[in-house]
Amino acid sequence: MNHGLSLKIGPATFRIGSAWRQPVEALARLYADYPAPADGIADFTVRLEPAGPFRRWLRPSIFITGDHGLADAAPMSLAHGLLAAEMGMNLQMALGWRRHLLLHASSVEKGGRALVMTGESGSGKSTLAAQLGERGWRLMGDEFALLDLETGAIFPFPRLVSLKNRAIDVLAAEAPAGRMGPLLAGTAKGDIRHLLPRSDAVERMNEGALPALLLFPRFGHESDVRPVGQGEMFMRLTQASTNYVALGEPGFAALTRFVKTVPARAIDFPSGEEAIALVDRLWAEWA
Amino acid sequence: MTALLLVRALRDPDCVAALDARGWNSLIAMARAERLIGTLALRIGERPVPGAVRAILTDARADAEREARQALWEADRAAEALAGLGLPVVLLKGTAYAAAGLSAGQGRFIGDLDILVPRAALTEVEHALIRAGWEWVKDDPYDDAYYRQWMHELPPMIHAGRDRMIDVHHTVLPLTARQTPDAAAMIADALPITNELYMLCPEDRVCHAAAHLLADGDLAGGLRNLWDIYCLLDGIDPAALSVRAERHGLGRHVRQAQRLAAALYGEGARLTLWDRIVAARLLARDGWGRERRKLLGFAFYVRSHWLRMPPAMLARHLMTKWRKGHRPV
Repeated sequence: MNHGLSLKIGPATFRIGSAWRQPVEALARLYADYPAPADGIADFTVRLEPAGPFRRWLRPSIFITGDHGLADAAPMSLAHGLLAAEMGMNLQMALGWRRHLLLHASSVEKGGRALVMTGESGSGKSTLAAQLGERGWRLMGDEFALLDLETGAIFPFPRLVSLKNRAIDVLAAEAPAGRMGPLLAGTAKGDIRHLLPRSDAVERMNEGALPALLLFPRFGHESDVRPVGQGEMFMRLTQASTNYVALGEPGFAALTRFVKTVPARAIDFPSGEEAIALVDRLWAEWA
Repeated sequence: MTALLLVRALRDPDCVAALDARGWNSLIAMARAERLIGTLALRIGERPVPGAVRAILTDARADAEREARQALWEADRAAEALAGLGLPVVLLKGTAYAAAGLSAGQGRFIGDLDILVPRAALTEVEHALIRAGWEWVKDDPYDDAYYRQWMHELPPMIHAGRDRMIDVHHTVLPLTARQTPDAAAMIADALPITNELYMLCPEDRVCHAAAHLLADGDLAGGLRNLWDIYCLLDGIDPAALSVRAERHGLGRHVRQAQRLAAALYGEGARLTLWDRIVAARLLARDGWGRERRKLLGFAFYVRSHWLRMPPAMLARHLMTKWRKGHRPV
């Protein structure tokens, strides 16, 4: 393809090809400190292709695909090329990763132990992880937590944090401007801005941590903490995993162990500050 | 770059020793795009490869094992659903190869479950599958009627609980195609795999695979089908195959499949001009896994429709689909 870039995020490596220069340039700037794949060979190929015969030049529009793709993926504007590249990498992980149980969850680490947070889009798990990552925790990832099938440790996937709508201002107030990506206005999910994790997150991208606490955050409600039973935890985590079925028995065994050994709480919070206070309290109590 | 890189690696896995990083990236992307990564992983086996490649090949082998396990379970469920009908249920394609332990099944990607049943039993089979939890995928009355009137299979069904598709064939080519293979003979000569499940005899397996590749469809993903044929030809008696192919009206297609399989995966063969055009279509894949030679691909897409139906019917069909908003890609 005309423009390309290879990079390593946690245990996974990507080769990204693009018909246009802009998405690759935006990636190269934000991922400048990330390593290249060790021997130049990538786990996954991502392709940003013109969405139709003339769509490279005329109202340029991107079709996201690669080793794994969705035939009915909606085309995206070239102005959102950085987001397209991120989505392309996420797609490969969601559909193709087999070396860990992949949980749709954010995770942060402190003192060698991991806090995992899972929930639907809009639950606040991503924003909360990004905020903790600015306040003394190591950000392990805002999208995918990788559960090791043998050791039960959580491994990081510290890609750029994807901040949406109101979360953009929250993090822009805490993180230096140099770590913020361009504002991508009017995407399918509203306004999006990417945040480059702190350097410790990038430097320690190969370092896992045993999970000490699982939270199910929910933004926009009065503060509350509820216990979550192992059965419910198991069911919600199978729904939050894209490769649970594909992994078969090892996936079942890893998830069973996780559910049996990690305490879980559902937390509601009306604001980021209250969420952080809640997390600090529960962490002191359980971890 | 073309998929010759992939073809060479399958033919002679020792040659991967010479690949650099760019070569490996290209080979892996091509193999995934052609759904041959599991086959490639098994062909490469324990030969030394870079660490990153080893991890990818190990994943591919595990995926292929899971595919086979799921496919066999699906076949078992279908056999159970149809047990009361007293029919031979003939497995086709990937599931048959996996169930019978054929070399063509090793590492093979297996999508849907394909079975062949006598045409007279179609209604019974349909009802039995619906009772066992399968349901229709196509909700368009035109598509449904089209399948029932003109195709060689029922409209596809999916199992509500397991989310797996089944294609119920009553012959091997659309009824509108120019060749009319003898499906009754295929069923009569089928061989048992288990108590309930059968597969085609060796010659019919080649005839079916060749018909599927060369007399139907647009050859997309054809390198995988040709690899099947190459494996299925192993140990077969050429004279018996020739007789059988003529009986099904597929002599020309089977001979072409033999030449192409030998040229790409085997010891080589003399190719006609038409063979070379087909080979160019099969190899139209670049190092990013993209389909190349779009115009040639489109020509084969048009041809696939031309093969399927006479011109007036084709015009009517395309007009109906166009009105419904369908556009060729």
